[in-house]
Amino acid sequence: MAEFLQFAFSGLTVGAVYALVALGFTLIYNASDVVNFAQGDFVMIGGMSTVFLYATGVPLPLAAIIAILTAVIVGLLLHRLAIEPARGASPVTLIIITIGASMFIRGVAQIVFDKQFHQLPAFSGDRPIEILGATLLPQSLWVLGGGLAVFVALWLFLERTLVGKAVLATAANRLGARLVGINTAVILAIAFGVSAAIGALAGVLATPITLTRFDLGTIMTLKGFAAAMLGGMGSPLGAVVGGLLLGLIEAFGAGYISSVYKDGFSFIAILVVLFVMPRGLFGGRSVERV
Amino acid sequence: MSKLASRLLGLGVSALAVAGLATTALAADPIKIGSVLSATGPAAFLGDPEKRTLEIYVERINAAGGVLGRPLELVLYDDGGDANKARTFATRLIEDDEVAAMVGGTTTGTTMAMMPVFEDASVPFISLAGAVEIIEPVREYVFKTPHTDRMACEKIFADIKARGFTKVGLISGTDGFGKSMRAQCMAVIGNFGIEVVADESYGPTDSDMTPQLTKVKNAAGVQAVVNPGFGQGPAIVTRNYAQLGIGLPLYQSHGVASKSFIELAGPAAEGVRLPSPALAVAEKLPDTDAQKPVVVEYKKLYEEKTGQPVSTFGGYAYDGLHLLVAAIQKADSAEPDAIRDALEATAGFVGTSGVFTMSPTDHMGLKVDSFRMLEIKDGDWTLVEVGG
Amino acid sequence: MTDTAATTPPARRTWSPRLVSLVFVTVVVAVLPLVFPSSYYLRVASLVWTSGLAVVGLNLLMGLAGQVSLGHAAFLGIGAYAVAVGPTHLGVPPIPSALAGIALSALVAWIVGKPIFRLKGYYLAVATLGFGLLLALVLTSESAWTGGPDGMPVERVELFGWRVTGALTWYWITGVALIIGVALALNLEASPTGRALRALHDSEVAASVVGVDAARLKLTAFVVAAVYAATAGALLALMNGFVTPDTASFMHSVEFVTMVVIGGMGSVVGALVGAAILVALPQALTVLQEYETAVLGLLIMVFMIFLRQGIVPGLVGLFRGMRR
Repeated sequence: MAEFLQFAFSGLTVGAVYALVALGFTLIYNASDVVNFAQGDFVMIGGMSTVFLYATGVPLPLAAIIAILTAVIVGLLLHRLAIEPARGASPVTLIIITIGASMFIRGVAQIVFDKQFHQLPAFSGDRPIEILGATLLPQSLWVLGGGLAVFVALWLFLERTLVGKAVLATAANRLGARLVGINTAVILAIAFGVSAAIGALAGVLATPITLTRFDLGTIMTLKGFAAAMLGGMGSPLGAVVGGLLLGLIEAFGAGYISSVYKDGFSFIAILVVLFVMPRGLFGGRSVERV
Repeated sequence: MSKLASRLLGLGVSALAVAGLATTALAADPIKIGSVLSATGPAAFLGDPEKRTLEIYVERINAAGGVLGRPLELVLYDDGGDANKARTFATRLIEDDEVAAMVGGTTTGTTMAMMPVFEDASVPFISLAGAVEIIEPVREYVFKTPHTDRMACEKIFADIKARGFTKVGLISGTDGFGKSMRAQCMAVIGNFGIEVVADESYGPTDSDMTPQLTKVKNAAGVQAVVNPGFGQGPAIVTRNYAQLGIGLPLYQSHGVASKSFIELAGPAAEGVRLPSPALAVAEKLPDTDAQKPVVVEYKKLYEEKTGQPVSTFGGYAYDGLHLLVAAIQKADSAEPDAIRDALEATAGFVGTSGVFTMSPTDHMGLKVDSFRMLEIKDGDWTLVEVGG
Repeated sequence: MTDTAATTPPARRTWSPRLVSLVFVTVVVAVLPLVFPSSYYLRVASLVWTSGLAVVGLNLLMGLAGQVSLGHAAFLGIGAYAVAVGPTHLGVPPIPSALAGIALSALVAWIVGKPIFRLKGYYLAVATLGFGLLLALVLTSESAWTGGPDGMPVERVELFGWRVTGALTWYWITGVALIIGVALALNLEASPTGRALRALHDSEVAASVVGVDAARLKLTAFVVAAVYAATAGALLALMNGFVTPDTASFMHSVEFVTMVVIGGMGSVVGALVGAAILVALPQALTVLQEYETAVLGLLIMVFMIFLRQGIVPGLVGLFRGMRR
């Protein structure tokens, strides 16, 4: 039982980070049909900026806020300078643009920051919490709590505020949204900004556990994208479930089967799910318009 | 153009011409040293200190008059950890840049890919990577400066045996270094009368090893744990180790013999032991130690010039460069074959990793005893006697 | 008075664009060694030809059939490791090993492709991604066979007692392989299969309505692309004398996709241009040292924003626009 719980805690913690990255993917995809391959780099910006600001003496909460704002600015710039000018290009072209952007961000990060690994002190201490024979780090609770808070906040934003509803409208039908007077360019910018903030927050919360480095973005993008697909691209609930599920499969696979092929299990699971449900878990029935 | 302006222009041009002539007259034919390092990519935290060390010392040597009256010219390329790119740059160094020798090859993968190029061209190649297969079997033109992964295993197992333990759990990284060190450990463990009771692994980008460590913790009779690996993995393993409250002695490899490991692992690092070159404990060495002056000086200069803590990886580059320079001076020539012969005849050279003595059958030059056993106490390295 | 309406101009034999492409590629391959100052350039060019071969194949899948594959480097890996494992562990000489690798690659593509191509769009992408990652994982983990993460050496090819070695030799081998590959690809484009693939790209539903067997066609394109990639992989491994699991990595797959898109999807010459840019440009950018990654990323973004259909279609479009 203790073993099972330990694996579960590990999987949920890592899964929460994947879920946040996947949420970022989903938001941008919903507003623009673009898959943003630079999503993972927002996580890196959040973590690395906080580390470097904190090292110069800025108190941790303030450093985190500035880091998140930095990521938002980068996200807005990405939209304004790279995505907007290419409006109307095919989806594949846009994806390659985001790949180029990811390289650019990584290239700049290695100059502005450095190439070493970095960590942050845990927010509420290092003493593990004992639960039924398994241990949980307090920081894991921060990550899980943060993830939940983001999900709820995002839901409230999308369902209850006017701007949020405008985002949903743009996602449902861009032309229709413009016809009713919604400024889709601004909506898109907001989507990028909020996505960046979510990613950066994930970075800040997770760095005390996972450490951070200038090229963290690549693996985060990969896992987040896979999680978003698993849950069904375009569904925020799917993103969260996909992320948590991915983390759990990794942990249980490593724990119960074989640690060598740990990464393999998650992708086998994704392939199996996609064969049975070609649009992911929450992707909805596929309808092709002729 | 006004008369004044054209006069000034003429003056400027002539001044430049004179300066150009002067510099070409002053510049003696430089000795080209090539280097292909992984300064970016997954091994960047190894390659970056190596690059800076080479740049700092080439500048310093040139400021002191160069080698054999000629300046050194460092031709440095970054392979990003990609063996294919490394191979291309190796060809570039030989064909285009025509280097006399090469100090580089941050990882075993890139080293193995480049080796045939240098062997075929008969140009000496001093590698900065860890695996024993680089110098075993011995190849005519390939040398290496870091201790082999097999030596690390031997040092760790000697310590474990001396402390009276017989059952050990392994948790290794699946990167090149972790995998090859694990293989070496499995090969030599029988010689120490020790048994492996758990054998787990983790990926180089994994962020949580509690599942694997839980299995190690629950293995029957386990008395100590060894973690072959480098990079962020061992730091996370160490933190998870403390989180799970395993309490048994933990050994790391020389792949993490740097201050940044202690920083990353935090308080969890207390009591962790690992084999390391003397550089990591530079000031703590007894004054009678032959290596002390060399490591203290390197540490001071590196930290002063880069503002970053010294790393043993940079130390490998220091050793490689200075071994090469010593060989050139000894051979009184910068011809590749002469350099190679002089390298093989190196005896008693004091470097940051140890005292090097090479031979036609030993292209590494260090023995297990130049490895020091270190333990982390109060957030810093301390020297311990084997079994102490 | 001549009756201009009645007389038609004499039938002139015009060069089809496809023939022009083939001739262009052949001329480039033949002429370059004359201008290269050293064999380092020959090596870079050989790398462009092998990458180009793989990308021409991927272009058939992505540009012609319109299906995206994020795991294509896996097939390169199969070809590369076949020529490594065959001689070393199974005692099979390099050339039969290469052929076996190509056949194996086609077989794997056929088996994996059948279920995978039921997916569409991004889901297809992530499935190919998963496949690629799984293969790379196997190559890294089964060290007894593959030498593990550090890779393994590859025996040199010996043809009737003569060791195939030397930059110029490999330049010609890879160059000729590329020319053959380009010729076959152009041929396929012009054939009924090619037209059916293009119909598939534009609208799968409309294509099936006219009787195109969508599933079988997609599979065909996938298998053909896999064969191209395996050939390229085998050539690369034999040329290098060494192979590492990085050959089949996710980043490598992404690089290939970038090459196809930057050069121009659907254009064979575009595939080559994309390969040339992503292989040769980093070599030229080494002077920038630390800034190389950032500059490369910036260039990719700029190319895609301003020449959004790819370089070759973009330039052709500009050219046509100027002529009017």
